[in-house]
Amino acid sequence: MTMRLRMWVLALGGLGVAVLYVLACLDLPSFGGHRHPYGDRAVRAALARHTANTISSVNFDQRALDTLGEESILFGSVLGTVVLLRQTRDEDRQQPEPARVAPSVRRYALFALPVTLLIGLYIVAHGQLSPGGGFQGGVVVATSLHLLYIAVDYRALERIRPLGLYEVADAAGEAAYVLVGAAALPAGWAFLGNFLPYGTFNTLASGGTVPLLNAAIGVEVAAGVVVLLARFLDQAVEIVSTDEEAEGRA
Amino acid sequence: MTGELPVLLGLLLVAAAGTGAVLVRDPVRQSFVLSLLGLSLAALFLLLQAPDVALSQLAVGSALTPLMVLLSVRKVRRKARSERREERE
Repeated sequence: MTMRLRMWVLALGGLGVAVLYVLACLDLPSFGGHRHPYGDRAVRAALARHTANTISSVNFDQRALDTLGEESILFGSVLGTVVLLRQTRDEDRQQPEPARVAPSVRRYALFALPVTLLIGLYIVAHGQLSPGGGFQGGVVVATSLHLLYIAVDYRALERIRPLGLYEVADAAGEAAYVLVGAAALPAGWAFLGNFLPYGTFNTLASGGTVPLLNAAIGVEVAAGVVVLLARFLDQAVEIVSTDEEAEGRA
Repeated sequence: MTGELPVLLGLLLVAAAGTGAVLVRDPVRQSFVLSLLGLSLAALFLLLQAPDVALSQLAVGSALTPLMVLLSVRKVRRKARSERREERE
């Protein structure tokens, strides 16, 4: 196929997609509006199960199986990164040098670290009550730890980051989600059914299994992101291929 | 119309940041524009009353992704530098 013909095929395909897209958009309900059939039903179901944050009720109760899929995608990608960015035979590890940090940067980062960590834990813990949840809070917790890399240097980060433990926590979070889901089976519910008592509306312990699944996601995401970033940081800071190292010595 | 003004502004901000992220060619600068794009997307989601999505976008789009881009650039540049040195010898 010549280049010219290929461009024609591409143009034809692009035109088809454009026409179908415009036709589909014309049929959409107008922006905003007051009729939300799915939203109304989701809110009703969330309130019936004493979950104040409807989004969390959808994520961890009404559509808990979808979240299991998403969590597994993250787990799989972290696993893939660990395999791809591992230290290969022709690579060596160099001890990272202690780095000089501007005092104002250090002050700011050391102040922001505990605050960010607390916000992250708050977002995880209040997933069933207010906006946020295990995923958002988990990412915030993971990034807050990396403020230590900005405030001090990579060796300080490595000291508070026993990678093996985080890898175990990542797997444990993933497993906990499945186990809580399976615990519904002996109670006579479907997999991932909300089998626990719903508790008092708008308190930390409300929502049945929602806070448990939310916490499992929080642990999985926080540990997964730490492991993911650790692999990237190792490659960027520590791991050098052997010929590269020989160059450095020469 | 005036009620939709904030959303319209948010959309324009996202369009501007998105176009900027494509037009900037240097990966390091691109990661900063990408972070800006994440921030404006988060603002847009907030205006559309989706704070949960806004939080995810803020955490992933404006912090995690740019950081991963920066780390990858650092690794690639270090490798390229040592290869160039090899060629000269």
